[in-house]
Amino acid sequence: MENFPWLTVMMVVPLVGAALIAALPAAMAERAKELALAFSVATLAVGIGASTQFELNAISQFQLTETHSWIPSFGVSYALGVDGIALTLILLALILTPICILAAWHDVPEGGSREKNYFAWTLLLLTFMVGVFAATDVFLFYVFFEAMLIPVYFLIGGYGGPGRQAAALKFLLFSLAGGLVMLAAVIGLYVQGPGGEQGFLISNLTGLTIDPTLEKWLWVGFFIAFAVKAPMWPVHTWLPDAAGVAKPATATLLVGVLDKVGTYGMIRFCLQLFPDASQWATPVVIALAVVSIFYGAFAAIAQNDMMRLIAYTSISHFGLIVLGIFAMTTTSSAGSALYMINHGFSTAGLFLIAGMLIARRGSTKISDYGGWQKVTPVLAGTFLVCGLSGLALPGLSTFISEFLVIVGTFQRYKGVASIAVCAVVLAAIYILWMYKRLMTGPAPADVTAHDLSWREKFVVAPIIAAFLVLGFFPKPALDVLNPAVQRVLTEVGVSDPAPVVPAAASTGSEK
Amino acid sequence: MATLLPSAFTVATIDYWAIMPILIVFGGALIGVLVDAFAPRATRHTIQVALALVTIIAAFGALVWKSVDHQGATLDGALIIDGPTLFMQGSILLLSLVSVLLMAEKFAGAGADAFTPMGAAVPGSPLEAAASRAGWGTSEVFPLALFSIAGMMIFPASGDLLVMFVALEVLSLPLYLLTGLARRRRLLSQEAALKYFLLGSFSSAFFLFGAALIYGYAGSVKFAQIHAAITAAPTAVDGLLLPGVLLLLVGLLFKVGAVPFHMWTPDVYQGAPTPITGFMAACTKLAAFGALLRLVYTGIDADRWDWRLGVAAIAALTMIVGSVLSVAQTDIKRLLAYSSIAHAGFILVGVLAFDITGVSGTMFYLLAYGLASLAAFGIVALVREGNAEASHIGQWAGLGKKHPVVAGIFALLLLTFAGIPLTSGFTAKFAAFAPAIAHGGTTLAVLVVIGVLCSAITAFVYVRIIVLMYFSEAQGDVRALNPSILTTVGLAIAVILTIGLGIMPAPVLDLAAQASLFLR
Repeated sequence: MENFPWLTVMMVVPLVGAALIAALPAAMAERAKELALAFSVATLAVGIGASTQFELNAISQFQLTETHSWIPSFGVSYALGVDGIALTLILLALILTPICILAAWHDVPEGGSREKNYFAWTLLLLTFMVGVFAATDVFLFYVFFEAMLIPVYFLIGGYGGPGRQAAALKFLLFSLAGGLVMLAAVIGLYVQGPGGEQGFLISNLTGLTIDPTLEKWLWVGFFIAFAVKAPMWPVHTWLPDAAGVAKPATATLLVGVLDKVGTYGMIRFCLQLFPDASQWATPVVIALAVVSIFYGAFAAIAQNDMMRLIAYTSISHFGLIVLGIFAMTTTSSAGSALYMINHGFSTAGLFLIAGMLIARRGSTKISDYGGWQKVTPVLAGTFLVCGLSGLALPGLSTFISEFLVIVGTFQRYKGVASIAVCAVVLAAIYILWMYKRLMTGPAPADVTAHDLSWREKFVVAPIIAAFLVLGFFPKPALDVLNPAVQRVLTEVGVSDPAPVVPAAASTGSEK
Repeated sequence: MATLLPSAFTVATIDYWAIMPILIVFGGALIGVLVDAFAPRATRHTIQVALALVTIIAAFGALVWKSVDHQGATLDGALIIDGPTLFMQGSILLLSLVSVLLMAEKFAGAGADAFTPMGAAVPGSPLEAAASRAGWGTSEVFPLALFSIAGMMIFPASGDLLVMFVALEVLSLPLYLLTGLARRRRLLSQEAALKYFLLGSFSSAFFLFGAALIYGYAGSVKFAQIHAAITAAPTAVDGLLLPGVLLLLVGLLFKVGAVPFHMWTPDVYQGAPTPITGFMAACTKLAAFGALLRLVYTGIDADRWDWRLGVAAIAALTMIVGSVLSVAQTDIKRLLAYSSIAHAGFILVGVLAFDITGVSGTMFYLLAYGLASLAAFGIVALVREGNAEASHIGQWAGLGKKHPVVAGIFALLLLTFAGIPLTSGFTAKFAAFAPAIAHGGTTLAVLVVIGVLCSAITAFVYVRIIVLMYFSEAQGDVRALNPSILTTVGLAIAVILTIGLGIMPAPVLDLAAQASLFLR
């Protein structure tokens, strides 16, 4: 199994599934969801197989690599490979997709070709999600980065709620504008590199000596695209709209996985390829991250729409992730990398369970609810657990990562960390207040809704299991992430400030 | 001036294999004229279509098997058959093949559907039927198109300004006629033809005047000698050179549809018969850019520091005006016309790189854009409401539900125009922009940034149509006609190549790279 193309297979399986489902004859359109689930589970199986081949202490940065010439005259290769960060993000995508497909079982009640296309787009999206994290060629990364927009665009614009077209268009335009600016930077980066037929490989573009002014411009070109994607204040405005109208399953994949491309890109490209410019820009980025943290939190408190509220909490959490990345200590970076995974699960839980609630009541307005823990106790309970994970309750996974980010940031920027820690309090407000308005109070008089069905329990169970496993025993995940994080920080050329923080830091650092 | 004349007359050597493709197309066009005169009315359309297709395929064959081994200047330097010439002639022939297949579409009628047998007749009226019976058929469009194609093949091959001018006229005159032959919306068509003719004549006059000034400066119309004259006297301040260059550029930039010489484009694209619009968008644009490349790379390149900034400004304007105005369009053909203006701006960025990678990138862009726009206009010709083309974009609402294949192909083409990765539009944009950044310094880097921002604007325009087709409810009785086998083949060629150039562009890119060295 040494040279088995794990990553390609991980992309081909869902791609074949998408083609198969799209080509299903009308008479068999009913079978689309079963097929989609089967293909996504098969992809997950391949992903687990690939993880067993992953070595924790490998010498090369990327493992499971495949390199083939694709467009030699541009210097473009079809080059795949993963380090710890990419692998965990791919696994996140692979785990969340079957969960989302299961959650989306009745999303397109009219059936027929519309339903079939819905699941085909979802599988196609999975292909691109794997590709974008696995690409080790900057051009290939860009291709997946932009190509991903198309399935998401159709999933939002074709299947969302009222206002979906405007939201889908806004999403596409923000992403395209950011992405196209990045295209100019991608070309500019290639020109600085060694060129040749493999001139776009990340390994060939790492450690270049670039004119400082130019390096800053290139950094800005990449960063804008990732900031839009992540999304950071002030280019976040598309996210609440998009997530607000999208189906819960689409919103989960969008916020839980796709937006991680932004933070992943910051680590992989901004930090690794432009270390000096990254350090130059750190003060501004940290300021923007802090603004995002609080803006997202305050905006979340003010929402009366569940989906938008969850979207705003994500903006706040993305602020913390970016803060951890640009604080550039081993602790904070490892925390951010872990946060990306944990945030994926906790957002998935919130979006999907909120979706189940919306399916029962037919409204996204929080004010239309109240007292639902008496009607649907299991639903309310699981929602509370997901919410508590969102506000970083100790014992649930997000706590570990948020703690690592803040401790790591404190080593370098004491003031910033002290301010950022207040976000935890705000998180408690928006989550618990939402729970209070939705679930507590007298039972609604005229409502008869059944509690979670077996299908829904199968959706919720793995998510909560992930909270607990990663919350109590994060070591395996951190063992995978730490070498990758360490490597990037070495590229940037920063070392942790002395004195090393005792006890807490040793959780996240091997040193 | 007697010293400029050769002392004795020497016979120019002619490499017949090198120019064989051009001769074949001219021959086919002349036979076509005879066919129109002598063939019986019932079979005329079939013979003409077959003749045009055979001619184009034969010319392509001669090009691929023979001309490639006969590169060099021929006819005493009047024609230069080099890598770029061959690549562009081959592309023109390929695109023309698809164009002819689209022009031949009859649907259920007696003659070609897009063209009128008689200017005053209403489609489907007794008068039109009578005109058809009287033998005033529509089959003359095929020889006209062949003449135009021959002109287009000479245009980028010209070795001097006079040949270039003649080629410009040979390719333009049939187009003026073809523009006026639309069967529906006659007034628009006639207006377009007149406008195109008048403005085209102006631009030809500019070009000719520029050629005269350059002759005054260099003592020759040959590009090689113009180049030699400029390099010999680099510091000479001469009142003839720069005005001459500018007038030549005006003439060519008019043909490519660059701002501020773009005014004709929307009107002509809208008024011309749809297959002719596609033909112009693909082939005329390719030939005109070919000639522009020839002029600026082999003739006046040594003087480029004088005019490069000006052309850069034109490129910026072209991208901005083309993309911003396309936002406001409601007619699908006008929208595609503004999109073609924006694309002309993107291509100009590649031209300005002044490197051989810029040449290959530009050529790749032209081929990719030509295929996509031919297919797009081919689809436009299929979508009808009543008997007329559904040219208002509002009429395209809900097409995705009624005709998933047609709408799917059109959506793919729109994404190609927008330059989404994995489509040929993206590869092409990269091929044009990368040399500009690599070799063009800050000026072109700024142009590329303008270019990518304009791409985002045009993406908005294209995506809006996709939204209409897929997410809006249908109104009225809009339907897509079933294309005949010829149109289907033409569309299939264009669409398959468009997809192929997006996913596996390496072979064509390599070919363009090998063929990117201009000879003088």
